[in-house]
Amino acid sequence: MIPNLTLTVNGDRHEVHLDDARPTLLDVLRERLGLTGTKKGCDRGQCGACTVLVDGRRVNSCLTLAISVDGAEVTTIEGLARGGTLHPVQAAFVENDAFQCGFCTPGQIMSAVGLIAEGEAGDDAERIREGMSGNLCRCAAYPGITEAVRDARQRLAQNERESV
Amino acid sequence: MADIIPTPTGHVRLGSNAGQPLTRRDGVLKVTGAATYAADNRPDGLAYAVFAHSSVARGRVTSLDVDAAKVHPGVIEVITPANRPPLGRDPDGKAHMFSWRTEALQNDTVRYAGQPIALVVAETLEAATEGARLLAPRYAAEPARIGFDAGEAYDPPAVGIGSPPNFAKGDVEAGFAAADQVTETRIETPLQYHNALEPHAIVAAWDGDRLTVDVPSQAIAMARNDFAAYFEVPPENVTLRSPFIGGGFGSKAILNGPQLLCVLAARMVGRPVKLAVTRQQMFGHLGHRGATRQHLRLGVDGEGHLTALEHNAISTTSSFDDFLEPAANASHNLYATPALKTHHTGVRVDTGTPGPMRAPGEASGSAGLECAMDEAAAALGLDPLEFRLRNYSETDPASGKPFSSKALRECYAEGASRFGWAGRPLAPRQMRDEAGCLVGWGVGTAMFPAPMFQAKARATLARDGTGLMEIAAVEMGQGALTALAQIAADGLGLDGDKVELRAGSSELPDGGIAGGSGHTATAGSAIFAAGSDAVRKLAELATRDEASPLFGAGNAGVVGRAGRLHRADDERRSEAYGDILQRAGLSHIEGEGAGARDPADAAEYAMFSHGAVFAEVKVDPDLYQIRVSRLVGAFAAGRIINPRLAKSQLTGGMIWGISFALHEDAIHDPRTGRPMNADFAGYHVPVNADAPSVEAFLVEEVDRHVNALGIKGVGEIGVTGSAGAIANAVWHATGVRPNRFPIRIEALLH
Repeated sequence: MIPNLTLTVNGDRHEVHLDDARPTLLDVLRERLGLTGTKKGCDRGQCGACTVLVDGRRVNSCLTLAISVDGAEVTTIEGLARGGTLHPVQAAFVENDAFQCGFCTPGQIMSAVGLIAEGEAGDDAERIREGMSGNLCRCAAYPGITEAVRDARQRLAQNERESV
Repeated sequence: MADIIPTPTGHVRLGSNAGQPLTRRDGVLKVTGAATYAADNRPDGLAYAVFAHSSVARGRVTSLDVDAAKVHPGVIEVITPANRPPLGRDPDGKAHMFSWRTEALQNDTVRYAGQPIALVVAETLEAATEGARLLAPRYAAEPARIGFDAGEAYDPPAVGIGSPPNFAKGDVEAGFAAADQVTETRIETPLQYHNALEPHAIVAAWDGDRLTVDVPSQAIAMARNDFAAYFEVPPENVTLRSPFIGGGFGSKAILNGPQLLCVLAARMVGRPVKLAVTRQQMFGHLGHRGATRQHLRLGVDGEGHLTALEHNAISTTSSFDDFLEPAANASHNLYATPALKTHHTGVRVDTGTPGPMRAPGEASGSAGLECAMDEAAAALGLDPLEFRLRNYSETDPASGKPFSSKALRECYAEGASRFGWAGRPLAPRQMRDEAGCLVGWGVGTAMFPAPMFQAKARATLARDGTGLMEIAAVEMGQGALTALAQIAADGLGLDGDKVELRAGSSELPDGGIAGGSGHTATAGSAIFAAGSDAVRKLAELATRDEASPLFGAGNAGVVGRAGRLHRADDERRSEAYGDILQRAGLSHIEGEGAGARDPADAAEYAMFSHGAVFAEVKVDPDLYQIRVSRLVGAFAAGRIINPRLAKSQLTGGMIWGISFALHEDAIHDPRTGRPMNADFAGYHVPVNADAPSVEAFLVEEVDRHVNALGIKGVGEIGVTGSAGAIANAVWHATGVRPNRFPIRIEALLH
C-alpha cells in the first residue's frame, strides 16, 4: 500500500494517488499531472532535459522517484512566467536565440535558474559553460545559451538592486 | 500583373520582412514549455506501449514469455509475430525511394541488435516497461558480422539516395604520372547515431476508420500516405500532426516499424496508444551514419595545381537494405582538377540500416578530402589556404557547368580575416599558449548542395487586413515557422504581425520534405508564389474597378506593401487590401503557389552553398587532451531570410563538426553486435564547455538561378569543412596526421 503523495508544483498543491512505487517524478509530472513542459530525453540523468527545481535545487527528475520527494516544492518550466511576463531567463533565451528545436530548452532554463541562484558562476563565461554542461543541446545552441545565462544574471541582479 | 513577380532570372525584390534578424515566432512557446511535441499528447483513455528489442545481432527469436508479461498487473496486450494482424504493405518492401526495410514483427528473424521483437501495451508506462522486461526472449543466435573486414563486400547499385556509385572524368593515372607530387591519405569514420534530444515518439488514435497520429515527421505528406497504405485507408482518413520536432537531423523523415506497431496496437486495444522509444533504442532501428574507410590520392604539379584527384570509400550498410554514405562524392564539386575519379564499395554488417544523417556523405567525405588537401599542401610547403585558392574551381569540376553563384573566395577572405590566419607558421608544433599547450591552426572548405523538393501553399487575404498562409511545413529547430512567415509576409505584402502561418499538419497543402537543406528554398518559394497569387487576384479586382484609385493601372503594374496596393509608377496612388475586398463584396481572397526548381536552371547550373572554416586547437603536451579553443566560419548561401536563425544553424552545424572530429563514435561489440555505448554517458556529443568560441559570419551572395527568391540553405553546410579544419589544426599543433575520426588521445601518442 502506497500512501498518497503530496507535491506542491508551481505553487499548486497536488494529492497524487500512486498505486505503484515505480513512477519517477518526471513521469508523475508529465503523465499524471499533465505538466508536459518538462521533457524526457534519456531517462537516466545524462541529458538534463528533465531538470526541475525541487525545494529550490536543480535535479534530474528522471532519476528521482516520486515517492522520495513527498511534500516537496517543485518548480517546472510552466511555473516560471508570472502573469504573462516571462522570467528574465526565459526572455534572455528568446533574445539570444539560445535554442533551436526547443526540446532541451525547459531543462536548460531550469538549470540556468538554478545556476544563477547558486551564485557560483557570476559573469564568467567559462564557468557558465561548465555549470550548464549537464544539459545537452543536440542542436548545439551553446553560444546563445551561454550569452542568455549571462544576460539573465545581469538582469536579475539589476532587478534585485532596484527592489532594495 | 506579370510585373508583380519579376521574370525567373530577375531577382525578387522582397519587402521589409525577409532579411531581418527577428527572434523566433515560436520562442515564447518553447521557453514556457507550451510547445507540444508528440509525446506530450495525452488523449483520454491513453494506453502506453513499450517494445522489447533484440539483444543479439543475427538469428531468430525462439521464445518469448508472453504469459509472464500478460499476467503483470496493468498489461493489456502483447503483440508478437504470432498474433500481429496483417498490414496492407510489406515492411520489407521498397514502395518508394524513401522506404527503408523495417521490422514490424513480420517474422521471428533478428538482423541487428536493438531490433523490435515484441510490443507490450499497458495501462501505465511502468507496467508496459516491466511487461517488456518479463518477455525474457531466447534466441538461436548466429555470429555477428561487425566492422569493415567482418562483413561481406559488394559493388552497390547506388549510394546515398539514388546516386551513381562511381564517377570518372579525365584520366587519373595520366594525371598522377604527370604530377610532381602524389600524396595518399587514409581516413576512417565511425558509425554515428543522430540522437536528437527528442526520442522518437508516436501517439496513435483510431476513430472508426479514421486515424490520427501525433508523430515528429520531416516529411509530413509522405508519412501520411505511407500510414494510409499500411493500414489500408484512404490518405484523407489519416491526420498526421507534427507541430514541433525535437530535432530530426534526417532520422525523422522515414517511417519505421515501431510506429506501425503503435498504430496497430491502438486498433487492437480500441484505445489511443503512446509509444516513446528509450534513448538506448535510438541506437537500432532509426538509422545512423554508416562508417567509412576512405582512401584519397592527390597528384599536384610544381605550381601547386591538382593534376588528378581520386577518392575511394568503403561504406557500411545493413545485411538487408542499402544506404551507403556517399562519402567520395564530396570530391565531385569543389577543387579544380583535370582528372577526377571516385568509387564506392559497400560492406554488409549486422547493424540497422544507415540513413541520411545531417550532411550524409558530405560530412564524412569532406573530412577525408580536407585532410587530404592539407597533407598535399604541407608536402608542397604551401600555406593550406593558398593551396585551396590555387585549386579554386570557377566551374563545377564534375559536370563542367557554371555555378549559379559562388562566393567562396570571399568566404576564405572573410574567415581568414576574422580568425587572424595571416602569419600562421607553415611547420607544425610552432605555437604554444601561455599555459604551455601546443596550439595549431587548420582550415577546411565547407560545401553543400542547394537542392529543392516540391511544395504547395495556400494563401488567404482577409478583409480585416490580415493574411493566412497554410502549408505543411516542418519546424524542427531550423526556424521554419519564423523564416517562412517572413517570406509569407513579403509574398502577401503585409507586415509580419498581420500574417498567421499554419504548418505542421497533413491537413494543409504538402510542404515537401524538410531535408537536404532545401526546406526554406522549397516551402519558401511555394509560399511566396501563393502570396503573390493572392495579391495578383486582388490587383485584378482593383485595376478593373473604376472606383479604385488603381483603376487602369494594369499595364504599369501594382505592388503590395504593408497591406496596401500601390501603383508601381506612382506610389501616391494606393488602396488598402480591405477596402478592395469590401467594395467587391468579398470576405477574403485566396491564392495558391508551388515551389520547385526551374528545370532549365537545373540543367544549366551547378548549385551549392560554400564556406570556409578555421579552427584553433590546444593540445596538452603531456596528456594530449585536445580542445577546440576557437572555430570561425564564413558562409555564402544566397539570400539569407533571417540572419539570426541562419547563424544559429551554422554554429550548430560547426559544433557538429567538433562532435565529428572529437566525440561521436558508436562502438558495436564485434562478438555480439550490440552497441556498447548506447547512451549519452558512452556516446559522447559536445556539451557547452566543449564549444567555448564558435562564430559564423555571413558573406553576401546574390543567386539568380537557384530559385526566384535566391535562397540556398544553411542546415547542413556547417558540419562540412569543420571536422577537417579541426583535424588539420591537430596536425599543426602536434605534427601527427589523424587517420581516424573521432581523433582520440591515443592517436597522438606516437
